[in-house]
Amino acid sequence: MNEESESEAKADGETASDSESRVEAATLPPSADDTPEVLNRALSNLSSRWKNWWVRGILTLAMIAFFFIIIYLGPMVLMMIVMCVQIKCFHEIITIGYNVYHSYDLPWFRTLSWYFLLCVNYFFYGETVTDYFFTLVQREEPLRILSKYHRFISFTLYLTGFCMFVLSLVKKHYRLQFYMFGWTHVTLLIVVTQSHLVIHNLFEGMIWFIVPISCVICNDIMAYMFGFFFGRTPLIKLSPKKTWEGFIGGFFATVVFGLLLSYVMSGYRCFVCPVEYNNDTNSFTVDCEPSGLFRLQEYNIPGVIQSIIGWKTVRMYPFQIHSIALSTFASLIGPFGGFFASGFKRAFKIKDFANTIPGHGGIMDRFDCQYLMATFVNVYIASFIRGPNPSKLVQQFLTLRPDQQLHIFNTLKSHLTDKGMLTAATEDK
Amino acid sequence: MWELRHRGGGGPGPGGEAAAPPREGEAAGGDHETESTSDKETDIDDRYGDLDSRTDSDIPEIPPSLDRTPEILKKALSGLSSRWKNWWIRGILTLTMISLFFLIIYMGSFMLMLLVLSIQVKCFHEIITIGYRVYHSYDLPWFRTLSWYFLLCVNYFFYGETVADYFATFVQREEQLQFLIRYHRFISFALYLAGFCMFVLSLVKKHYRLQFYMFAWTHVTLLITVTQSHLVIQNLFEGMIWFLVPISSVICNDIAAYIFGFFFGRTPLIKLSPKKTWEGFIGGFFSTVIFGFIAAYLLSKYQYFVCPVEYRSDVNSFVTECEPSELFQLQSYSLPPFLKAVLRRESVSMYPFQIHSIALSTFASLIGPFGGFFASGFKRAFKIKDFANTIPGHGGIMDRFDCQYLMATFVHVYITSFIRGPNPSKVLQQLLVLQPEQQLNIYKTLKTHLIEKGILQPTLKV
Repeated sequence: MNEESESEAKADGETASDSESRVEAATLPPSADDTPEVLNRALSNLSSRWKNWWVRGILTLAMIAFFFIIIYLGPMVLMMIVMCVQIKCFHEIITIGYNVYHSYDLPWFRTLSWYFLLCVNYFFYGETVTDYFFTLVQREEPLRILSKYHRFISFTLYLTGFCMFVLSLVKKHYRLQFYMFGWTHVTLLIVVTQSHLVIHNLFEGMIWFIVPISCVICNDIMAYMFGFFFGRTPLIKLSPKKTWEGFIGGFFATVVFGLLLSYVMSGYRCFVCPVEYNNDTNSFTVDCEPSGLFRLQEYNIPGVIQSIIGWKTVRMYPFQIHSIALSTFASLIGPFGGFFASGFKRAFKIKDFANTIPGHGGIMDRFDCQYLMATFVNVYIASFIRGPNPSKLVQQFLTLRPDQQLHIFNTLKSHLTDKGMLTAATEDK
Repeated sequence: MWELRHRGGGGPGPGGEAAAPPREGEAAGGDHETESTSDKETDIDDRYGDLDSRTDSDIPEIPPSLDRTPEILKKALSGLSSRWKNWWIRGILTLTMISLFFLIIYMGSFMLMLLVLSIQVKCFHEIITIGYRVYHSYDLPWFRTLSWYFLLCVNYFFYGETVADYFATFVQREEQLQFLIRYHRFISFALYLAGFCMFVLSLVKKHYRLQFYMFAWTHVTLLITVTQSHLVIQNLFEGMIWFLVPISSVICNDIAAYIFGFFFGRTPLIKLSPKKTWEGFIGGFFSTVIFGFIAAYLLSKYQYFVCPVEYRSDVNSFVTECEPSELFQLQSYSLPPFLKAVLRRESVSMYPFQIHSIALSTFASLIGPFGGFFASGFKRAFKIKDFANTIPGHGGIMDRFDCQYLMATFVHVYITSFIRGPNPSKVLQQLLVLQPEQQLNIYKTLKTHLIEKGILQPTLKV
């Protein structure tokens, strides 16, 4: 057993002892153990296998409880949490880059990486703020100017960083500096765009944020459980722990979980309504007439299932059908994000991204499968659920020239008249 | 404590794994390579690991490519010394490129679009080839296919968005195009995902690090080349003058800085490019501003350059016909007093666009060179003389376009911030996609707004 585990670990290049003897550029020194003392003492009697299991279990429950608390606290807190998670992920990946390239001492580079993070966040959050806080922004003069010239200001900020980078190139370290520049940009591409799309989904309705994330978490846990009890056939060489039984079991379990969860959540306005900023109360409100997606409808059950269940029709929310699509993506494609992260860790010979969460690794380790989910949900919403944002369109309209406005107005008018939406009667109102 | 953080791979204890599959699952397949291959994996990755952390001097040079100077030129110039020969080759090629540029402008916007697309593809190819050579990864399985596939996906996404905006009338006619436009983002995302999953499935045990490097290299290259070329096309649709003046300003700055540096150059500008001098930089700045000013004046007269490019469905081609906007109508400006004394005129009539051209030329001369320094730093980092050898005497396409890198983005940001608001046809198109109730609501809001502003008369049935 020992040799087997040793050789398997060696094949991955991961044992700590081996790294001392080899001239390896990339094996990171193990960080300190972060498990809280109280847990250590409580579990000191169990064997180390069960201890690990308990530590992971307790931390999982702690994270889920934390998730519920934050949902309860509302959209603003959720946005801030997303932002913090994003910053921590960025920090983790950049630190790996520094360690890989031994470039911690490169002049300027740490400052520049964080500066670029700030620029890109400023750009994205500025665009979001302009869309959703439109009335607030129009009221305050400085905000109005900032939003009108937002792209120009963001571009100038980015350019400054770019020029600083060029001026900071040092003769002996060109390659390293370019690598870190590339590394920073790819990290920004991954981390910041995803978190920005998560916030967009959140504004669409908290259910669009909660259901996808829970499906991915559920898939993780279910695949683990199914693999633990029934796992036999390995899935992919990259992650030897994953099995086909876990994969398929996780898929079905996640679809069922998604259906149940969306049924439960669709009943509540606070999850289903788009998040809006209310000018009078100066806070976020979730109050609306639920859209067609979130109203119970009768569906005829196809013949084959009718005989099994014995019901003719079933009342469900249309959203539950969408949740099947979301869960399917979470179970089938989500794991590829996990494999990507596993490959990345093997490529750079690290065990975990960082050691933030005891038993689980870094924040990135928890969020690697979420990587693609946020983009998928955003694209799904944009393609199948809703069209463009009406208030944004009105806002864009107002900035056009009068002749353009008139042209669009007339086209819209003829379009509506053709559709029969506009008659002489409504015209006069 | 180390084993507590193992998510899977074995710790030293017999029960060190908390992980799922029982032992026989792992023995059946998975990772049980022999010792020799595991050593090889670490060897190859070690080699690149060391490569990463060593200083630049240890990195071997990439072998120079063949000399592509055409035979005719070589024979014609065989008499001269090699310094003048080089000068002549560069000069002739410069004139050739400029004439080609004029020819394509004459042929119209569609040809220009094709030209931009081909340049983008060639730049991508050049940068990717450098990556292959740096990482000796030419033989990596799948990777060449995947890089080109990603290029195709990203282009499809960007050009799909453009087509939807500008060809709105054409698109409304065809059913299949309607479908493609409506679900455009979803289709692009699905295509990209397919590439991503293929990448993950193609990860080979011994080459993980290389494959990740090439993946990142491809993405950064796409970020640089495809976004820039897309913005160039958007500027082009705004009016050919927005395409021509910036590009010519950059080219003029290049040439003027070279000439000023040649005749007056004394103080070096930056260590990265020892040939550049402060005299060249400042001389180039002033010449470029004047050049931009004059070029803007000359081009602003013609509707061909000034009007937004539109696709007319009846003619099935691009037309540039319109009422020129105020930017391109002569206006009288009163001169400030000191200029009055110098020029002895009360006012001057110029196009407002010429004032914008000053901003564009300033950017081209002051910030554009940073794109050039970036490319120089890149070439030094990877120890290459030129990006490729496509153009004799000049190097690759990227060598010519490195200063343009930032210009296209700047022009685009400038246009959206200072010149025009959002694109009206895009607003219209989005309006038509909304739900009917939303459309009605917006209609009422717009009507109130227009009546308030006096643009729409309440009693007039238009």
